[in-house]
Amino acid sequence: MRRGPSAFNIAAIVLGMGFLYLPIVLLVIYSFNESRLVTVWGGFSTRWYTSLFQNEQLLAAAWVTLRVAFVSATLATILGTLAALGLVRAGRFRGRTLFSSMTYAPLVMPEVILGLSLLLLFVSVGVARGFWTVMIAHTTLTLCYATVVVQARLVSFDEALEEAARDLGAPPWKAFTLVTLPNIAPAVAAAWMLAFTLSLDDLVIASFTSGPGATTLPIRIYSAVRLGVSPEINAISTLLIGLVATGVIAAYLLNMRRRTPGR
Amino acid sequence: MNGKPRLNIGAVRSSFAPWADPSAKPLVRFDQVTKRFGSETAVDAVSLDIYEGEFFALLGPSGCGKSTLMRMLAGFETPDLGRITLGGEDLAGRPPHLRPVNMMFQSYALFPHLTVAQNIAFGLRQQKKPKDEIAARVDEMLALVRLEGLAHRKPDQLSGGQKQRVALARAIAPKPRMLLLDEPLGALDRKLREETQFELMALQQRLGMTFLIVTHDQEEAMITADRIAVMRAGQLAQIGRPAEVYEAPNSRYVADFIGDVNLFEAKVTEDDGDIIRLVSPEAPDGLEAIEDDEIALGSTAWLAVRPEKMRVHLDPPPSGPNRLEGTVADIGYLGDWTTYLVELPGGRTIRAARANAARVVDRPVDWDDKVWLTFAPDSAVVLTR
Repeated sequence: MRRGPSAFNIAAIVLGMGFLYLPIVLLVIYSFNESRLVTVWGGFSTRWYTSLFQNEQLLAAAWVTLRVAFVSATLATILGTLAALGLVRAGRFRGRTLFSSMTYAPLVMPEVILGLSLLLLFVSVGVARGFWTVMIAHTTLTLCYATVVVQARLVSFDEALEEAARDLGAPPWKAFTLVTLPNIAPAVAAAWMLAFTLSLDDLVIASFTSGPGATTLPIRIYSAVRLGVSPEINAISTLLIGLVATGVIAAYLLNMRRRTPGR
Repeated sequence: MNGKPRLNIGAVRSSFAPWADPSAKPLVRFDQVTKRFGSETAVDAVSLDIYEGEFFALLGPSGCGKSTLMRMLAGFETPDLGRITLGGEDLAGRPPHLRPVNMMFQSYALFPHLTVAQNIAFGLRQQKKPKDEIAARVDEMLALVRLEGLAHRKPDQLSGGQKQRVALARAIAPKPRMLLLDEPLGALDRKLREETQFELMALQQRLGMTFLIVTHDQEEAMITADRIAVMRAGQLAQIGRPAEVYEAPNSRYVADFIGDVNLFEAKVTEDDGDIIRLVSPEAPDGLEAIEDDEIALGSTAWLAVRPEKMRVHLDPPPSGPNRLEGTVADIGYLGDWTTYLVELPGGRTIRAARANAARVVDRPVDWDDKVWLTFAPDSAVVLTR
């Protein structure tokens, strides 16, 4: 009996991981580059981080992005939880399959199409594009992810728990908040984290639906790169990677903690 | 056959029989209650009275509608037809949280994010009781189910038996008018289940609370209940004390569902008021049973005889009615009991059971032995359906 990975396994992992993470590692390393030239190593320095925090345009964009991500993630989580409850609890109703496939459709729909259709909607309704349009667009985008995460947890949730609460004198709303919600909370939090990070790094939909004064960070970085890469971009990208990675890992950990009862 | 049993049968709490008192008011009354799920009728025009202080069992195979009946009382299902009243009050339209009944769920449904004490306090919190009163009641409940040391454990740190007791304490704590138990012992192992059956009965006596238990386990129902309602396909097949249901079943279904039974299809040839005589190709010497009710001569009836009422003889007994002849096809030794499967000449197998009252037997019955089976006329029940 051989235990542990074979040479082939190790090679596969190194190649796969290298393919995925080498560019990111390079970007992180070069964000600490002294040199103004992005591709030439000139020694370690944090000067680009310092200059980044004096770049008001970038900081303003980062602030818009965080606000959009926060509000849209919260909205998407609430709506997604409600949709998941409907899908899991309502049993069989006419059009259930249609409804659930429609909830999942944005998962596989090209973002360009989602962005374009939202743009057409906003234009035809006559809404001025800005913070709120990006926020709504991101809610649309992340809603389905939130639904999937919460639904996965609800399926394994014993409905008798909520019935027991009602039987013991709790009205339906209290039974939900006192019993169901605390038990699905890790999944709800994971859904929020996922929605937050998805909104944070979205470029395509934001560029369709944002307007003047509501430039998000990905849009700002993208347009800056077109004019030539400044090491400041490396620095802010590193910060963004850190934030997204934290969110994704936290969402994963929260979800794992519930799946395996800690004993 | 539903009248007062003429024979004195079984162990009974004879002082307690409110259902025999025409002036007694039932605590719960199901009045022609029907529930359909789609095209399936889960509960079919069931009428049933349950009295204050009674331990009542709904017994039947899975899918017979017993759980649906209980869930309608708790308020989780709505009857399509009929009425359910509690203490004379119609429960229609009252949501579960406003009904003075509590349920112990089959899965226990303990709240995993709350401690044992918080679980037990849940119902009391909903009643907005003062804090010190809740604490006192929780302590009282913990003592009642002997879980004093475990107040601060979470449910996933408890054994199956402990969870069962927490669920019981949680349902009793708010002092419901009636406690509903949905297969309460199904998840326990055999030894623990037997103990808990007696505990449950003692608890019910001590609290004086009305218990309604739903179970598919006839032993559980027989041990715990004052009365049993045997259900079949959404209808009540028979209601009676455990001994009545066992010793005086009203149909082949009930006779067969509760315990083991040997059924002989036969033709009625003689009825002299007390003793009915029947003929069956399986019993060459004829059959005889004591039966009050009149049964039309020439009609088909079934004679039901419990295995433990069959006597096994190795030497031919004097010829006469209720005598069968066969060979031992199989022997099941259970320790306390031995079951003999005796094959009749016609090919059918009859069960006979014998208590192993002595350790040593002179002439044990062996495989392929030729044996005779006899039974007394008052051990047999004549069934017409």
